[in-house]
Amino acid sequence: MSHTDINVDVVVPNQTRYLGLIGNIAEQVAKELDGYPGDRDMLAYHLNLALTEAMVNAIEHSAPGDEKKTVRVCIHLEDNNVCIRVYDQGQGFDLNTVPAPNFEELGERGRGIFVIRNVMDSVNYRKTDSGNVLEMRKRLA
Amino acid sequence: MNIGIDKKADKTILTLQEERIDAHNSAELKDYLLRLLENGAEDVVVNLQAVRFIDSSGLGALLSGYKNANLRQRRLVLAGLQPRVQSMFELTRLHRVFDIYPNLQEVLADDDRADSANRSHSQ
Repeated sequence: MSHTDINVDVVVPNQTRYLGLIGNIAEQVAKELDGYPGDRDMLAYHLNLALTEAMVNAIEHSAPGDEKKTVRVCIHLEDNNVCIRVYDQGQGFDLNTVPAPNFEELGERGRGIFVIRNVMDSVNYRKTDSGNVLEMRKRLA
Repeated sequence: MNIGIDKKADKTILTLQEERIDAHNSAELKDYLLRLLENGAEDVVVNLQAVRFIDSSGLGALLSGYKNANLRQRRLVLAGLQPRVQSMFELTRLHRVFDIYPNLQEVLADDDRADSANRSHSQ
């Protein structure tokens, strides 16, 4: 499979039971990349992790109890980057105001965005016509 | 969530028989740990040998168990972390919080060492 062949576009219900499915798709994409010079298993884990955290974020921000809501996940390659977009149908939030976790406090929540920022090279969140999109990129070379 | 439970030397050993701990099953893990401690469990060892993926909510569930055990003067320790799972603890600095053992044998051996140290101190 060449880089240009990869173009995933999946829509799943707004439920955590689909996290494993979506995470596995991300791992498979990493394993299919031609000529990736780094640790492919690590890349697979990082894409799985970033996508899992992003999808949880999308579910939490778009009425988790509403079964009619969906989360759309797109993965494609662009200028030697893996680009992952996770679309939610919620009110959204301001990515820039999400604080870094306080490592001295043992809070049980609040590490998701921190994890994404650490395993991906860039993270953006913006409004769309029907909700919001979290866009994450990982350089491949 | 599939959890194996065993008792060895006053310890409750939980073996998580899941490849993924994420936001789909982490609440169940958190509740399980809480109930176990509420029902009077002594020290708890969570064996993560089979887990190859954990997200931030999975870490949160284990942290909840850890804090709950501390409140009751009990210990909750971890064993058998796969390298990728270990990397999540390092990324979030939680490897400084939890006692992490390479495997179950090391947890039990550590107990034996502590016991013999206590015996020699009391002599």
